[in-house]
Formats: sequence, C-alpha cells, structure tokens
Amino acid sequence: MSASANGAHRELALELHDVEFAYPDGVPALRGVSLQVPAGEKVALIGANGAGKSTLLMQLNGILRGRGEIRVLGRVLSDASVREIRALIGLLFANPDDQLFSPTVLDDVAFGPLHMGLPKPEVQRRVTEALKQVGMSGFEARMPHHLSMGQKKRVAIATVLAMGTPILALDEPTASLSPGARYELIALLQSLPQTMLVSTHDLGALPGVFTRVVVLDEGRIVADGETATILADHDLLHAHGLDEAHGLPHA
Amino acid sequence: MSLVFALGDRYVTRASVVHRADGRVKLALTLGYVLLVTATPHAHWLALAALALPVAALVAVARLPLDVVLKRSALALPFVLAAVPLAFTTPGELVATVPLLGWTATREGAEAVATILAKSWISVVLACVLTASTTPTELVHALRGLRVPALLAAVIFFTYRYLFTIGDEGSRLMRSRDSRSAAIAGYRSGGTLRWRAGILGSMVGTLFLRSYERSERVFAAMQSRGYDGEPRFLDPPTLHRSELAGAALLLLYAALVQAYVRLG
Ligand SMILES: Nc1ncnc2c1ncn2[C@@H]1O[C@H](COP(=O)(O)OP(=O)(O)OP(=O)(O)O)[C@@H](O)[C@H]1O
Ligand SMILES: [Mg+2]
Repeated sequence: MSASANGAHRELALELHDVEFAYPDGVPALRGVSLQVPAGEKVALIGANGAGKSTLLMQLNGILRGRGEIRVLGRVLSDASVREIRALIGLLFANPDDQLFSPTVLDDVAFGPLHMGLPKPEVQRRVTEALKQVGMSGFEARMPHHLSMGQKKRVAIATVLAMGTPILALDEPTASLSPGARYELIALLQSLPQTMLVSTHDLGALPGVFTRVVVLDEGRIVADGETATILADHDLLHAHGLDEAHGLPHA
Repeated sequence: MSLVFALGDRYVTRASVVHRADGRVKLALTLGYVLLVTATPHAHWLALAALALPVAALVAVARLPLDVVLKRSALALPFVLAAVPLAFTTPGELVATVPLLGWTATREGAEAVATILAKSWISVVLACVLTASTTPTELVHALRGLRVPALLAAVIFFTYRYLFTIGDEGSRLMRSRDSRSAAIAGYRSGGTLRWRAGILGSMVGTLFLRSYERSERVFAAMQSRGYDGEPRFLDPPTLHRSELAGAALLLLYAALVQAYVRLG
C-alpha cells in the first residue's frame, strides 16, 4: 500500500479504525472501514452508487456518528472535540443545495470564517480569495438557490475553501461542472497544499490530482493503492461496477 | 438532526397481515375504534385495559418495533398537558397541594387527567399502527374510498409528503451549518447570539422559499407525467371479506366492552 510506503514518518491527517455505521432505518452503510491518510496526501474515494462514499465523508467531521474511532490530526473525534475538528476539516456535500443556506452568496461563504470569530478584514479577504479560486467573483450579492447547478457547486466549494482548513473532504466536487469549470477545479485541487479525501465518479480526473485511490464497495474498502495501479486493474474496476463493461454502444 | 430523524417516514416496511389489509378497512377501523375508546366512562380502568389489549395485539401482529411505536405515540403527550389543569379545577377529595403556588389537586381531577391520558394514548398508538402499516398513497385511496373529496385527499397527501421533504431539507441545511461551525484556539467562536439568531432566521426563510419553489417544480414534473389529482395503482386494492370481518370483530368487541361497562 502506498500509504505505508510514503507516509511512514509523516503525521497522519486522518485515521479511521473499524468505522461502522447504519442509517436510522437500519440500512448498513459502512461495515468496518479502516483508513490512514498522511498529512499532505491527496486520496480519491471511488465506488459505485450507494457504496458508502458520502456516508464515510460525513463521519469525518461528526455529522454522522457510527462505531469505531476517528482521529483527525491526532485528535480523537468526540462530542468535546467536534467543534475544534470542524476547524480542521472542510466538508463539501455532494448536493450544493444541501450546502448553501444563506440569502446571498456572500453570507454563505462568510459564514464559516465568521463563526470562527475571525476579524472582519480577514473574513473579507478569505471570501474574496475563495470566490476567486472557484471563478465566482462578482456573484457575492446573488441568491444561492437561483444559480445554475454548476455555479451553486462552485459557490459550495468556496464556502469550504474559505474555512482555511488543513484537510478537505470533498464529495463529488467535479459533478455537474462544465468541461472548462471542471478543468479549472482540477487545476485548483492540484495546486492546493491541503490533505484531501475526495469522493468522485470522475475517473479521468484521478491521475492529475490524486496519488492514491481507495475503492469502496458495499461499505467496505476493497482496494487501496497507487492511482495508476488501480486504474490499470480492469478486473478490479469491473468487479466493483466502475467501468463501462464493453464501452458504450455506437449509434 | 435527531428531531428530523424522529420525524422520518411513518411507514415501516414489514410483511404482515396488518400491512396487507386494505387501507379503507384500516382507516374505518381506526376511526370507529377511536370513537368507541372516547366513549369510555371516567376512570374505568378495566374497560380501558380491555380496549388497549387489541391495539397491543395489532402492534405485535404488524411486527412494529416497540421503541418506534412508543416514541411516536409520545407525540400525544404535549396535547394531554392541556388537560392537566383539570386535576386542580375538578371539585372533590383533596389529595395534594403544589408547594408555593398553593393549588390543590383532587382525586377526581387526577383521575380525569389519567383517563384522558389513557384514552389519547390508546388512540394515538392505533393511529401509529395505521400510518406505519399503510403507505401514504394507500391512505389517500382509503380517504377517497370513504368519500373524502379528491381535492381534500390530495391536500392531505401533499401536506404529509412535504412535511418530510421540508424536514429532510431542513436537517440537511443544519448539517451544512454545523459542518462549518468551527472553533479555533485564541478566537471567540460562534459570534453573537443576535448573529446566530439572524442566521437561523434566514435559514428558515431560505427553507420556505425553496420548498415553495420545489413544490412548483415537483407539480410541473407530475403534470408532465399526466397527474390529474387521482391516485392510481398498479394493483388497485381489493376488499377481502376476512379483513372486513376482522375489523368488524374488533369494533364489535369495543362496542361490547362499552355496553358491559354501562350495564354491568
Ligand atoms: N438518509 C439515508 N437513510 C437511509 N439510508 C441511506 C441514507 N443515505 C444513504 N443511505 C444508504 O446508505 C448506503 C450508502 O449511501 P451513500 O450515500 O454513502 O453512497 P455513495 O457511495 O455516496 O453513492 P453515490 O455515488 O450515489 O453518491 C446506500 O445503500 C444508501 O441507500
Ligand atoms: Mg454520494
């Protein structure tokens, strides 16, 4: 596993020990997930629909709480530490409508930094910077729920970036972006120094950004390795519903 | 979040006779039974116990999780609070005095409150069985079957449907807010009470605006697929004689309990 190869003496950003989670209606979504991500590493989380990617990401900052232990930069996730941990992990929800709750784009992006109690000029600087990073400068006064899907997505990403967290947990950040915006986001993820755990169906974006890929199926990790190795393993991808079998039929 | 989880969908998937039974029969049984329970005289505990028995049996036969039923039926408690003053205003034998306030409770008053509590609880548990064993679509069909006008039935259906959609949407917005509610050492986090109240206020506003807009989109999507206000079924439910007989027996039993209480 690449994790142990290059992360032996680096600080661990994320440690999950045997995390299990079932939704209140009894659906088991995670069945014992153990994972370590060294600081600075960018890890992609792939898996078929319903594999448990979103559920896993929501464990990391205590939005959903299951069994098992989670450590973020060494601190154990608990009721007492959850606020502090949320300053360490920025979580992007898959659906931007779940993420944006304020009357204007400005309010939404400013919420995280304001809540941390940062001084006003710093908040302003972060908002401007985050919106610029996602190419949404000039949209500050707009209503988030009246933007296009891709625009909402980009504002949602800005709300996370503005938190200035050392770790990013992003759920399908490239979904519904047009090719140009997708390219720019990939370039942005490449350039950012943060530790990342990113769920995605965008296998084409993997080699450019992520050094390591974790494959999830039915709530379990079924593979964990270097990006090139995993992407070359067609049998593996096929077995877990991640390839197009025989390609698309031609018209 | 937990509040909204508690408000999760009412239907509990099980393969039971109660679940299979026709919605119209269940709805009529529920309404009839509740009426009969209401008729129980003051402080007749034996009768109330006898009326609770079949309801408990239905919970068991429908194989509903006990904790779910108890939690949901607890929703009736706040309404029962309205009856508590009766304990102090009903004339009768004094049994207790509230310290400081000097209100005095009477035995008759306490019994009146307990009777109301028991009646409401039996009725609410029965209603829980109905909603946990009948899908909303079936319930609308049942309402229509009992001659409730289509428009009213549709309004009830959509209110029910959107209660949970709005609840879910609200809980997701809260999640997002909580995700970004962080604290860092050396800074006073959380802002002022006023600021937080403002955020909550605008969240509620956003929620309603969005729900309203979503309802228009959903309605457009339903119309595009031919919706005309009448629920349709792949297999229209059919009345089975055994279900009718079962419901009739339960109602007869409740009526007999009432008759016995009055004559005996
Ligand atoms: N709120 C919920 N209540 C009950 N079960 C849920 C809920 N959300 C997800 N699930 C179930 O949990 C499992 C994991 O879902 P999850 O959303 O984590 O999948 P995912 O890997 O993110 O899928 P996708 O690629 O479609 O986003 C699925 O079986 C799903 O049906
Ligand atoms: Mg997902």
